[in-house]
Amino acid sequence: MSPVGAIVRKELRSYFVSPIAYVVASVFLLLIGLLSFLAVATASNRSLQMLRGQGNLPELNLNEIVFRPVFYNMAVVLLLVVPILTMRLFAEEKKLKTMELLMTSPVTVTDIVMGKFFAAFAVFAGLLALTAVGPLALAPFAPFRWEPILTAYLGVLLMGGLFLSAGILASSLTENQIIAVILSFGVLLLFWLFAWAGQVFAESVFGKVLTYLSPLDHFDHMVKGLVTTSDLVYFAAGIVFALFLTHRVVESQRWR
Amino acid sequence: MIQVEHLTKHYGPKVAIDDVSFSVAKGEVLAFLGPNGAGKTTAMRILTASMPATSGSVRVAGYDCFDQPREVKHAIGYLPEVPPLYTEMTVSEYLTFVGRIKGIEPERLSSALDRTLEQLSLGEVRGRLIANLSRGFQQRVGLAQALIHDPPVLILDEPTVGLDPKQIIEIRQLIKALAGSHTIILSTHILPEATAVAQRVVIIHEGRIVAEDSQDQLSTRLRRSEKVSLTLKHPPPDARERLQTLPGVLSVHQEGPATFLVEAELGHDLRDDLARFAVRNDWGLLELTLVTMTLEDVFLRLTQHEEGVEAQS
Repeated sequence: MSPVGAIVRKELRSYFVSPIAYVVASVFLLLIGLLSFLAVATASNRSLQMLRGQGNLPELNLNEIVFRPVFYNMAVVLLLVVPILTMRLFAEEKKLKTMELLMTSPVTVTDIVMGKFFAAFAVFAGLLALTAVGPLALAPFAPFRWEPILTAYLGVLLMGGLFLSAGILASSLTENQIIAVILSFGVLLLFWLFAWAGQVFAESVFGKVLTYLSPLDHFDHMVKGLVTTSDLVYFAAGIVFALFLTHRVVESQRWR
Repeated sequence: MIQVEHLTKHYGPKVAIDDVSFSVAKGEVLAFLGPNGAGKTTAMRILTASMPATSGSVRVAGYDCFDQPREVKHAIGYLPEVPPLYTEMTVSEYLTFVGRIKGIEPERLSSALDRTLEQLSLGEVRGRLIANLSRGFQQRVGLAQALIHDPPVLILDEPTVGLDPKQIIEIRQLIKALAGSHTIILSTHILPEATAVAQRVVIIHEGRIVAEDSQDQLSTRLRRSEKVSLTLKHPPPDARERLQTLPGVLSVHQEGPATFLVEAELGHDLRDDLARFAVRNDWGLLELTLVTMTLEDVFLRLTQHEEGVEAQS
């Protein structure tokens, strides 16, 4: 087994022997379930109102009135949930002094960072896969297009990856998990708000840069069914950059 | 097996290790001795290739610590001062994980695990959570992680700190059992530990080596006089003054009601003369012992000397 594989396996085990993964999964799925139910109930009410008003069953675009709001809300829930998934990854190793085991073993810092990222990403992807119950359950009862749903899932997956890498970076900066969670939440929220700030300075280059830096526009394209190279590059570069910074932080700690 | 040459480590303006050189032969046990903050842990970390040095060279098992860190890490088993344990794992799960990251092939992992568990008598607790083990067993698990890939070199940083006396004896016995087949560097600030397990002692003080030799050689080198402890059954009131009259005696100190510490010139063994003198005077000779310098004496003399030199400069 490769060193990355060994670290992934160890991290996955840590997630599932502690209550963290179960609590995060429960809260995440409960919120997504509730949001999905509310979206479907809203669509159903609107459909009934139109039936009463027009006298015939209207053609509702479920992608637009059900799935799109669910995916947007899912992104907000991720903002709260992902920092909890990543907070312990490095902070706990430093607190328990187990980082010394990893650093004195024949594994590279890249192996350690990638192992931790892949494990967190696997847990997150597993959680996300469970939310597919929503569209699958709805499919026999109402027609909708699968393509935008798949691109939206790709968007959530990439945005989750970006959030996870930022969370891992925050965790590498401290040995206190509470600080790690607050730090990653703060950074993610800041980037989230860049989209708003970008609208304020919409006319300037600064505004355009802020809008580009925020994940919201890129995510929005994917939720609407658009997959552009620019958006893919944004997420891939963001993930790689955060993981690179994590690598530098961990490497620099060898000198202290 | 280990060669350290002109090793220096700075933390900003602070010098943690200052031009340290020493070597350790294959199968030898070397104690790295020094007070807390002397630079022992920094030296250990540099030896494990996990911390870069400011200057100097370190070779372990023929590999350079700075250019070939991966090979060095394969050749070393390291037990830090705080054992690096994932307490939510069982002993077997933990050692299996360590085996994997140390690069043991999957087909050899099971036999390596069994060998290590047997070597450290951990078989009975292999399925137990590390969090539920006693401090002594946790230390053994820490030692097991250093041994699982059967490295030729073991580096143990304060291996008995925080253990009770029984556990200390057990860990020392384990280290003694490993000596010979492994080259061991042991850092400690507990002086009896060095004498209990090591063949050679390096005394480090404020980042510099102040002495390096076997304990006997160190005490011989640093001894300035011969001392004999004499215990008598019924000494007369003027025994101290009468002992002082013996040829070669420099001083006599009364250490107890009937115990005297007699100091003579270096190379002059007084035991025979003292025995004759006590018997001739019918003082009832109970005990006559040559007093050698303990490691504590050596250590204090060296570190006090250093402080004295610094104060003068």
